Amino acid sequence: MVEIIDYVIISTILFGIGIYGLVAKRSAIRMIFAIEIVANAANLNLVAFSRGLSNVQGQTFALFSIAIAAAEVAVGLGIIIIAYRLYKEIDVEEFKSLRG
Amino acid sequence: MVMDDPVFLAVSALTVGSAIVALETRELIYGGIALAISMLGIAGFFLLLDSPFVAMFQILVYVGAVAVLIIFTVMLVRTQALFSTKEDKGRKASGVVLVLIFMIGLGALLLVSGLSNPQLMNLQMPPVDFKAIGEEMLTYYSPVLIALGLVLGGSIIGALALARREDIETKDG
Repeated sequence: MVEIIDYVIISTILFGIGIYGLVAKRSAIRMIFAIEIVANAANLNLVAFSRGLSNVQGQTFALFSIAIAAAEVAVGLGIIIIAYRLYKEIDVEEFKSLRG
Repeated sequence: MVMDDPVFLAVSALTVGSAIVALETRELIYGGIALAISMLGIAGFFLLLDSPFVAMFQILVYVGAVAVLIIFTVMLVRTQALFSTKEDKGRKASGVVLVLIFMIGLGALLLVSGLSNPQLMNLQMPPVDFKAIGEEMLTYYSPVLIALGLVLGGSIIGALALARREDIETKDG
């Protein structure tokens, strides 16, 4: 029998994978992938708790969160295109102009 | 905590496996496709949790829009930039160690918390009707819906303004 805690564990694993991607990867597009995985882990938690408590707000927040993530990807990819045009590179270690 | 539902196990393996593939495969375009498959797996979890409306929204937005956007961006970037594998081993190892410590801590916390108590919350509760979601969105959360529309419009305008090139002159300009 699958319980709510199983969904929470899967969500924790996905969150860990996303954090690993953010820490270890240097390509900007892969960091966007990692951010998406983290956002989806959060959405999975929202919907799982909404199901377990029979509550409408969780699913409503999940819908808002998905829409916000779409906006964030559009802007993030725009910034990556600009950075690629400036540096001919998508490695975040090469973006040195703002480094103190 | 006995996971004996084969559908749940299959969807978990698909989601977690393709999330790892999305981050670890050498070619970025296959990574984008694996990310789309992982998002489909999340939509499968939503279906298992009796929330078909959120699942359809997830497929529409993530697989339909975000994955296609990412694949187009990967195609726009020069191929050599994608294959420059300047990954240091130390960084990877430290990332794995950090995530293992983090996940063991969080997992222990979850298992000792009251979440595993089936009396507190369980899947036998009546599922949420999607009519209630629509009603909630259009009454109590209607200002949020309007703000969301403005945010989406602003992000589209921002992305267009970012991607505009000023060094190319048009013929009549």
